[in-house]
Amino acid sequence: MATEILMPALSPTMEEGTLAKWLVKEGDEVRSGDVIAEIETDKATMEVEAVDEGTLVKILIAEGTEGVKVNTPIAMIAGEGEDASAVRQPISTSPQGEEVAERSEAGEGVGAKSDSAPPSPQPSPPRGEGAEAAPAAIVMADPEVPEGIEMIPTTMREALRDAMAEEMRKDEDVFVMGEEVAEYQGAYKVTQGLLDEFGARRVIDTPITEHGFCGIGVGAAFTGLKPIVEFMTWNFAMQAIDHIINSAAKTLYMSGGQMRCPIVFRGANGAASRVAAQHSQCFSAWYAHIPGLKVIAPSTASDAKGLLKAAIRDPNPVVFLENEILYGQSSDVPRHDDWVLPIGKARVARAGADVTIVSFARGMTYALEAAEVLASEGIDAEVIDLRTLRPLDMATVISSVKKTNRIVTVEEAWPVCSVGTEICAAVARDAFDYLDAPPTQVSGADVPMPYAANLEKLALPNAGVVADAVRSVCYAK
Amino acid sequence: MTVSDDRAGAAIAVDLGNTVDRDDVAEDVANIVETAGRSVKSEISVPEFDAAQERHAYREMLLIRRFEEKAGQLYGMGFIGGFCHLYIGQEAVVTGMQMATKSGDQMITTYRDHGHMLACGMDPKGIMAELAGRRSGYSHGKGGSMHMFSVEANFFGGHGIVGASAPLGSGLAFANKYRGNDNVSLTFFGDGSANQGQVYEAFNMAKLWTLPVIYVIENNKYAMGTSINRSSSTIDLSQRGASFGIPGEQVDGMDVRAVKAAGERAIQRARAGEGPYILEMLTYRYRGHSMSDPAKYRTKEEVQKMRTEHDPIEQVRVRMLERDIAGEDELKDIDKQVRAIVNEAAEFAQSDPEPDDSQLYTDVLVES
Repeated sequence: MATEILMPALSPTMEEGTLAKWLVKEGDEVRSGDVIAEIETDKATMEVEAVDEGTLVKILIAEGTEGVKVNTPIAMIAGEGEDASAVRQPISTSPQGEEVAERSEAGEGVGAKSDSAPPSPQPSPPRGEGAEAAPAAIVMADPEVPEGIEMIPTTMREALRDAMAEEMRKDEDVFVMGEEVAEYQGAYKVTQGLLDEFGARRVIDTPITEHGFCGIGVGAAFTGLKPIVEFMTWNFAMQAIDHIINSAAKTLYMSGGQMRCPIVFRGANGAASRVAAQHSQCFSAWYAHIPGLKVIAPSTASDAKGLLKAAIRDPNPVVFLENEILYGQSSDVPRHDDWVLPIGKARVARAGADVTIVSFARGMTYALEAAEVLASEGIDAEVIDLRTLRPLDMATVISSVKKTNRIVTVEEAWPVCSVGTEICAAVARDAFDYLDAPPTQVSGADVPMPYAANLEKLALPNAGVVADAVRSVCYAK
Repeated sequence: MTVSDDRAGAAIAVDLGNTVDRDDVAEDVANIVETAGRSVKSEISVPEFDAAQERHAYREMLLIRRFEEKAGQLYGMGFIGGFCHLYIGQEAVVTGMQMATKSGDQMITTYRDHGHMLACGMDPKGIMAELAGRRSGYSHGKGGSMHMFSVEANFFGGHGIVGASAPLGSGLAFANKYRGNDNVSLTFFGDGSANQGQVYEAFNMAKLWTLPVIYVIENNKYAMGTSINRSSSTIDLSQRGASFGIPGEQVDGMDVRAVKAAGERAIQRARAGEGPYILEMLTYRYRGHSMSDPAKYRTKEEVQKMRTEHDPIEQVRVRMLERDIAGEDELKDIDKQVRAIVNEAAEFAQSDPEPDDSQLYTDVLVES
């Protein structure tokens, strides 16, 4: 039978328009692609092209008609050999007649976009607690260090290097790329020795072009390789953040689960020393905000090694935030080339009963120092090292707060919309009845990092500030 | 100040003054358009297709065109949402390039991607269902027109960010070289992307590391509504790799034979370890940038001229008739078959349910 030409929607929001002009008349032959009419909306005049071929047997809506609803039949085309007389008569009443309404219903949302829209979000959409927290719930505790394994004092720098080297020995698909990672041995010497062992094929110096090499790393990961992309510091990754978020984090979802991106982005994050605003910034909240990423920020060499190995083995894109000040600090690491820690699991670094201090990365230094001072005052603080910032292990935090009834978060990042903000909000929501004091944040000052030594000191938290915050929530002097 | 430029065989006047004379721009564009319809690398003659190749090219290009027309129609019915960028007019580019590949070669492009997916052999039903946001779409309705992938077909997207395909496609080539296979990455982007910084970062590394990548610049003359003369300080995009030592050439992107021939030379070169190459395809899109673009920045005559004088499908059709490869009846049959495929895809997309609500939270992370 003859084919109807419908009033098209020319933009996602168009509901009706004016049929300004017919460029063909009844009886004309039309071919696919022929412009047959012009339509005006409030925004523009657009051409309507024929999709089907045949004879235009009937014009149903006269030119100049205003307010023609989308999906109203405006003309009929009869194909070759079809009987033009079989074409039904124009709708005599309004163009939005019943037949149109029927079509909308039968056509599963055709012309009724609001009906076919996805279900509206729930008033309180599930956040970390919902789908995201599900994996955290089944996360294993840290593995026991096997008996007889020697503990070796190791710097975080060496631990990170060892993690990469061990995984590269195990898996040919793992390689490292970035600025100065090979011949220079790493701007912060984290990749020291890797070029010698693995050669230039797998330890690749890049030009100073973060956007480009990050995109190349992501493209390689789409094919199943497992790149470790080093950013000399995360400050420079702002040039590449489009590929981290738009290309790496979203592709699994956008491909309906088909295309994976097993990649690790790593490098120094947060304040260094006296390098001022553009080189001193903590990106924890930026990346922790992004669905499709995992985000890790360790504070000890042992965690750094176990978690970097886990990150390299993880089939998802992982943002690994290191800290320049912590690179040189040593802690015991098991001599064990399969020391892998669970992503998404916080660690209770110090057990206590009176107050919960939650921190990560360099903030842990201030938190633990403060806990020692507070112990001498009779305040027994529990200190939790988040280690992973996405997914957040809120279960560990909440269970601690239910015991201590007080929480102070500690971080070097800016205070607005930070990891601490997120934790305080979650505690207020999920442990409200257990709280004896307002959840309290200690953070960096809400200013670009100053250069002057005295101002820089004022812009960062320290153990004294943390201890003061704890005293305040404990209502101690 | 006016600079005359004689590259690409067209006399082009570029107005560098503060005010742009609209008439001048129109004339410039007309000149560029002129170059789209003929063999630019004149020393290389365009080899004829044999009958099977003509038939294949005709059918493939017709499938893309009919598919896109149908997509436009379904968009008009409100069945496809958001942005929808049609490939009509540019069919010879991806069809010719696909004919130059072997199994294992990869393709990646920007958001004008429906033609590339069809050329890669992806199922029209799955593509149309994705356009409609349905559960049997290639991305189960989560990606839409601009974000589709097929691991099986070696199609790596479908990327919505202008310029992003250049480093990503170079990364595919990096992986080929890393693995020591002889696959080549066909990395498509448009004249709009060609001004993005990341493209040049990718060019630099691709040459530095001798990556097997072909940058296929689909120059359809307009970056959304800005003509190439108003956006680009140099308009011979095939020479954009010159600073990095990447050779390139302009190709008549309306002639599928020229595209295939140039593609074969470039791919062979890359496969032999000679590194990246740029193919600037001089092509044209008949429709607006997206469905809501009335294309007021160009004249109807300009569009009409391209359609009547350089249409990639019509060229093959005329040759097939002239060379007695096929008669009108056979061509009609092909058209019928293609329409049936497209109609089937459209019907499938319309009857396929939307993704289940439970799919909202799946595929965010690979659960290990």
